[in-house]
Amino acid sequence: MSADLATYNFAYLDEQTKRMIRRAILKAIAIPGYQVPFASREMPMPYGWGTGGVQVTAAIIGPDDVLKVIDQGADDTTNAVSIRAFFQKVANVAVTTHTKDATIIQTRHRIPEQKLTEGQVLVYQVPIPEPLRFLEPRETETRKMHALEEYGLMHVKLYEDIAHNGRISKTYAYPVKVDGRYVMDPSPTPKFDNPKMHMSDALQLFGAGREKRIYAVPPHTEVVSLDFEDHPFEIQTFEQDCALCGAHGVYLDEVVLDDQGGRMFVCSDTDHCEDRREHGHVGEMLAPNQEAAE
Amino acid sequence: MYVAVKGGEAAITNAHALLADRRRGDRALPALTIEQIAEQLGLAVDRVMAEASLYDRSLAALAVRQSRGDLIEAIFLLRAYRTTLPRFGSSVPVDTAAMKVERRVSATYKDLPGGQLLGPTFDYTHRLLDPSLLTDEVIADPARKEASGEEMMRVSDILAHEGLIEPDGDLPDDHAAGDLTREPLEFPMGRDLRLQALARGDEGFLLALGYSTQRGYGRNHPFVGEIRIGEVEVEVDMPELGFPVSLGRIQLTECQMINQFKGSSIAPPQFTRGYGLVFGQSERKAMSMSLVDRALRAEELGEDITAPAQDEEFVISHSDNVQATGFVEHLKLPHYVDFQAELAMVRKMRADIEATRHGDTEMKDAAE
Repeated sequence: MSADLATYNFAYLDEQTKRMIRRAILKAIAIPGYQVPFASREMPMPYGWGTGGVQVTAAIIGPDDVLKVIDQGADDTTNAVSIRAFFQKVANVAVTTHTKDATIIQTRHRIPEQKLTEGQVLVYQVPIPEPLRFLEPRETETRKMHALEEYGLMHVKLYEDIAHNGRISKTYAYPVKVDGRYVMDPSPTPKFDNPKMHMSDALQLFGAGREKRIYAVPPHTEVVSLDFEDHPFEIQTFEQDCALCGAHGVYLDEVVLDDQGGRMFVCSDTDHCEDRREHGHVGEMLAPNQEAAE
Repeated sequence: MYVAVKGGEAAITNAHALLADRRRGDRALPALTIEQIAEQLGLAVDRVMAEASLYDRSLAALAVRQSRGDLIEAIFLLRAYRTTLPRFGSSVPVDTAAMKVERRVSATYKDLPGGQLLGPTFDYTHRLLDPSLLTDEVIADPARKEASGEEMMRVSDILAHEGLIEPDGDLPDDHAAGDLTREPLEFPMGRDLRLQALARGDEGFLLALGYSTQRGYGRNHPFVGEIRIGEVEVEVDMPELGFPVSLGRIQLTECQMINQFKGSSIAPPQFTRGYGLVFGQSERKAMSMSLVDRALRAEELGEDITAPAQDEEFVISHSDNVQATGFVEHLKLPHYVDFQAELAMVRKMRADIEATRHGDTEMKDAAE
């Protein structure tokens, strides 16, 4: 029996499937922010673990590509390691952790700190592609709302947030309007990353495997976070700098050090942090003989 | 810490080695063979084939072994394999009237052409743990009857002769059956796609939904017209030959549920149908499927949609256990970037409240 088991095509998917996905991607690029239904395949990793992103990457990757995979900004989280290993196995492509060296970056929950450049593709893993889903659970309804550009409900929701909490309390998966037309879910990236999507030089592709949708933001496209004149959109700010590389104005992870309330803050983007340290930047945790100096 | 910096790769390898160890268990015991699983855990294999939509007993048995008996995991393994196979055509519809029947029961007629055949069923067994199964006792050969050759007409055909049951759904001749594993899913669906989704839907989920219709959430007054289990021929049309060629036989369970219908402006009072068809032997699944199929026809039959089982988008979007388990279990993946954002927000909101309260006290102090 084992001898009968088929081997796999380059990048796992068969060529017809890749063509089908590429057609969906082209349509998505032609209509920025519009969710294109596609015949998502069953992948050898679970739904909700990046099957959409993996299918998009599998459809666009070629033997000369250099792939970077991040999860929560880091190259070494277990799921990123697993997806990177998958493509090494089924496509034998070069992989990297350096943002600037990658041609394709597959990500979950973050956009790299380093500005992306022309020719790079950022592939997002998307759990729930529909920004209106939590306002209206029915797909048949939400598709109609998009078609009619009927986004009043979303503004009401944001307004209610302000009425209840004094501010828009959405901190991640913060809705954006793409190219002045479609309201889009940027995937659960913190809203800190939203401005990076605006007029990006890179192509941004979004794959939702379980929900069978692909959408895109082509390079140099307007991406505006929804807000109100008297409550303008704001990103998160951190009082601390990165404890390892001293970076300021980047997204930080909070690491619990002990049960006495000890905390340190470090870059969520591990490559950015390492790169800075290589260039001699030092945060307070790594500063030599700090106490001795005092 | 499961996100040990730079430790991810080694941790995964070690975890998988441990999994292989636990899967094998005590090395002093002989390892299960695929043949043993296929023969002696046949209903587990059937469920895996049905919900993976792939009829292959040995691959399904391999999946059961590889998954340590976790059937949803086994279904997932088999589906991930299925997805890589090319699709080269559709069979002609299988003819369940010509089934080589091993079991056939009708709850609507005491006797009928072809008779009632109990077959290998748990029904009427007393559920007492059987100590004789602790050892490998010799099992006597079962009694078997020669096939009578009598045609076993379907109960729905008996009713159809009198015009008492709605005709089987008609599709145009040029209708190509959809394939939800190859095309994007869109609502509302045709009944062909809906039945496909139900056939691979989670047995437990469909059981619960079917049960809910019996308890009043979308009641549809069902009778088991017939359940039959047996083997049917799978044939493919060969354009070069001009006649269908047999690919082999598969075992199926078919359930035809007969439901009351009071009639509408376009149709006279008549019985309606709910249909269930599943790979292998799985009566529970086939019966649940036919209850849910009938419930989902509410809109087509002009009935009020009041219950979850009648709501196509709700049922079909949540019936797939591989999708469901993936998304539920993805919650164990790291979410600390988003959690950090929420943490900061909650701290800020608490600080705001604290400040307001403090401000209030100061004002009060000043007033005093």
